[in-house]
Amino acid sequence: MHYGPHTAADRARMLGALGLSSIDQLFDDIPAALRASKLDLPDPEPELELAARLSALAARNRTDLASFLGAGVYRHWSPPAVDQILLRGEWYTAYTPYQPEISQGTLQSIYEYESLLAELVDLDVVSASHYDGAAATAEAALMTCRQTHRDRVLVSRAVHPHYRETLRTYFSGGLQLEEIPLVAGGDAAGTTDLDALERMLAEPDRPVAGVIAAQPDFLGLLEPMPAIGELAHAAGALFVAVVEPIGLSVLAPPGAYGADIAAGEGQPLGIAPQYGGPYLGILATTDALVRQIPGRLVGMTTDLDGQRAFVMTMRAREQDIRRDKAASNICTNQALLALAASVYLTTVGPHGLRDVAALGAARASELEAALAAVGAPRIHPGPYLNEFAIRVPNARLIHRRLLDRGILAGLVLADAEPGDTSLADGLLVCTTEVTTRDEIDLFAEALAEILGGRPAGVEAGAGSGGSALAGSAR
Amino acid sequence: MSVTGTRLQPTIFELGRPGRGGGKIPHPPKDALDRIPAASRRTTPPALPEMNEPDVVRHYVNLSQLNYAVDTGFYPLGSCTMKFNPKLNEWAARLPGFANLHPLAPDAAAQGTLQMLFELERALAEISGMRAVSLQPAAGAQGELTGILMIRAYHRARGDAARDQVLVPDSSHGTNPATASMAGYTTVTIPSAEDGGVDLDAFRAALGPRTAAVMITNPSTLGLFESRIGELLDAVHAAGALAYMDGANLNAILGRFKPGEAGFDVMHFNVHKTFSTPHGGGGPGAGPVGVGDTLLPYLPEPRVLREPDGTFRLERIGERSTSIGRMRSFAGNTGVLVRAYAYICAHGASGLREVSDDAVLAANYLMSRVAEAYDIPHERACKHEFVASASTIKHRTGVRTLDIAKRLIDYGFHPPTIYFPLIVEEAMLIEPTETESVETLDAFADALIAIAQEAEATPELVTGAPHTAPVRRLDEATAARHPNLRWKAAPAAMMPCPG
Repeated sequence: MHYGPHTAADRARMLGALGLSSIDQLFDDIPAALRASKLDLPDPEPELELAARLSALAARNRTDLASFLGAGVYRHWSPPAVDQILLRGEWYTAYTPYQPEISQGTLQSIYEYESLLAELVDLDVVSASHYDGAAATAEAALMTCRQTHRDRVLVSRAVHPHYRETLRTYFSGGLQLEEIPLVAGGDAAGTTDLDALERMLAEPDRPVAGVIAAQPDFLGLLEPMPAIGELAHAAGALFVAVVEPIGLSVLAPPGAYGADIAAGEGQPLGIAPQYGGPYLGILATTDALVRQIPGRLVGMTTDLDGQRAFVMTMRAREQDIRRDKAASNICTNQALLALAASVYLTTVGPHGLRDVAALGAARASELEAALAAVGAPRIHPGPYLNEFAIRVPNARLIHRRLLDRGILAGLVLADAEPGDTSLADGLLVCTTEVTTRDEIDLFAEALAEILGGRPAGVEAGAGSGGSALAGSAR
Repeated sequence: MSVTGTRLQPTIFELGRPGRGGGKIPHPPKDALDRIPAASRRTTPPALPEMNEPDVVRHYVNLSQLNYAVDTGFYPLGSCTMKFNPKLNEWAARLPGFANLHPLAPDAAAQGTLQMLFELERALAEISGMRAVSLQPAAGAQGELTGILMIRAYHRARGDAARDQVLVPDSSHGTNPATASMAGYTTVTIPSAEDGGVDLDAFRAALGPRTAAVMITNPSTLGLFESRIGELLDAVHAAGALAYMDGANLNAILGRFKPGEAGFDVMHFNVHKTFSTPHGGGGPGAGPVGVGDTLLPYLPEPRVLREPDGTFRLERIGERSTSIGRMRSFAGNTGVLVRAYAYICAHGASGLREVSDDAVLAANYLMSRVAEAYDIPHERACKHEFVASASTIKHRTGVRTLDIAKRLIDYGFHPPTIYFPLIVEEAMLIEPTETESVETLDAFADALIAIAQEAEATPELVTGAPHTAPVRRLDEATAARHPNLRWKAAPAAMMPCPG
């Protein structure tokens, strides 16, 4: 066996001590009728060969593209210090700090994470991490129901579709989830419809536990968060803000506009995209709601000698103590990813973090201008930070054409939001500090060629694919 | 002591000094944010510490040395399977092709990862005897919720709305009843039989038209194989309910018992236990779920599909209307799953069987040694872990399991899981795993025996432990009564941005 230490002599010695002749005897308690059929898997693969095969598999993925894809997961520069710290065995091969005397490293790092994130979101209490932004948002929604003893939650349609789908799944046990429509036209197009929200909140005998909106929203737009929060509070509901942590260095934090809970995806804080995870679910709230927050919490205390130390605390909310009365079934957290976020935030620093956000925004301005110039204007007029939707004829086919040229032209919105006809010709594109001017030029030039240099000139300029484009255009 | 550091560290907030750091990110144009409306902007910057990289690195390296870990010593934490985390797997997960792949990348750009996920699904299905596997759940607890929501969808689809109960044995993990509550069910707790196994009669009495599911951990949290599992599964199905298997203890039965073949309808895998992915100080994990034919239509989306031409793709939104939906964003914790895939390939069929053989042999050997000085409540062959109890020692000397656990720290070992399962007084749940040598097992047994002697001769030595750790026992009561959950920084006094 690959990693085991036992020699034949070791096994014989242990069996001898047990008075047995064969390891099979230790499995006599499995009834004969229930014993497994033969395990039909390949032979063991030597490390050298396995490493070569894994390398080949990884190389089949195309990660060399000029990428403008964000939509909830963002490419950022992660200082090598982050991953080198994470590779220390003392961090990644430890477990939940059940024995605080020999876990002060993990405990202090979680306390520091809680404190760093509390600064970013401007709230009091940060849970020591959840699975991802979607699961954290679902936990936030459940918190609002427990706190208000109501069972109806409203979520803006401009919250990430995966988050809304996850909410639906979590709510399938009997809670009600309804989507707040978006403004159809005008300056606020694509953002949460405040009039519709007000009507939904005013429905008689249908009290609302929580209102969920994202800043920036899924389409990259900036939402009127203070107004959404005021409407929610006026109806006795709690307000959940879904946030993006890099943007919080320049955008008003949830604490500043009265949000009761912040949830979000911590991946941008030094964590690689790795096709979906592991990521870091951010969940934070106010002191008033501390008993409702699920997951581990680490607090500062002292030891018997009065030395400052850290310990998991307020454990009476948790599943291993409260069983069916627990605030959630969550058991593990994402401690290693929380550590990544802490090392990222401290190596990049507060000024660096602001530069990351501002440089992403600057590149986005350049991208907007370059794309508009070749006939791919923004769909929505409202303000954005570093991500926005553009309109191109037959977005899906153009996206594929650009991929052939080494450009990942963001997200095909018709795939992500198939029910929204206003986005049928949309691509959601983003930039960050790692986006280069050359990549922007490449994107714009390739798009110009495919579109024939004219907004309406699809058929003329697309070569043999032109008829296909025209044929399936809406 | 297998904690190398002894010096407690200041917090990162105390180390920061205005003006330190920088040099990581190019400066943006001055007008970069001018187009952001003032009402949306942050007015007070977050009071994050300003640090130079050497100080950050030294801080986190020094902090790391206050941790006990599998890489520093023996970590027999029962129910957690703290086996060695292979270094090849860390390397593989960091290959740029895996690490840098965006989760919404088009299928055509993600063929390597999709193939890996597809093959891993097939391997887990083969190991568990299940029909199909979803890799989406982010952790074991989320796998449990996925399984119970599928069971709910199954009953609903049949118009069977009366089933509102989930039965769990009293030895179960706390996640089982918590999961049932989260899914809107009421939990009914069934006491264990005298021999530690499921009480078949008690289960039969509780099963009925209100039972949606039974959640069973096999081997149980006592480390015992549920020999009556066949009869229990028959009774569950006869009552129209479905059987959930908590796969936390799969490390004991690889190649010996396939839950799907035995009749379980759904189970989850803890890849951070059985398949060696790192525990990370408390995460991340991954909690794939396997299902038989009954629950196949309800698997969460998206599944990984293989097309007739041999290419792979993710299921599209709404493609399978019977799905319970999504449990989280994107495909799953793929970075964790790469490691599990590498582990399974490295071992192959023969190696996985050997994993369980050696894990069970080690646990039985260690149990036989520990029995010299501790109570063993259930004296029969255990699987990959066993329960010992300090009950007799406590009644004779007043020394408790907690004290013994703390004293083990002085001997250089991580304590076992204590006071779990709840049904054994002064319990210690000890799981050695297959990657520990017989010398290590002997040294640990010697330490436990020596501590039992200390409990008689010098009990204060045990009750005052640990003596050599970076801190002594903590004031947990004050921590809970007056929670201090974040550093309260002085008002932000940031230097102007350099350059």
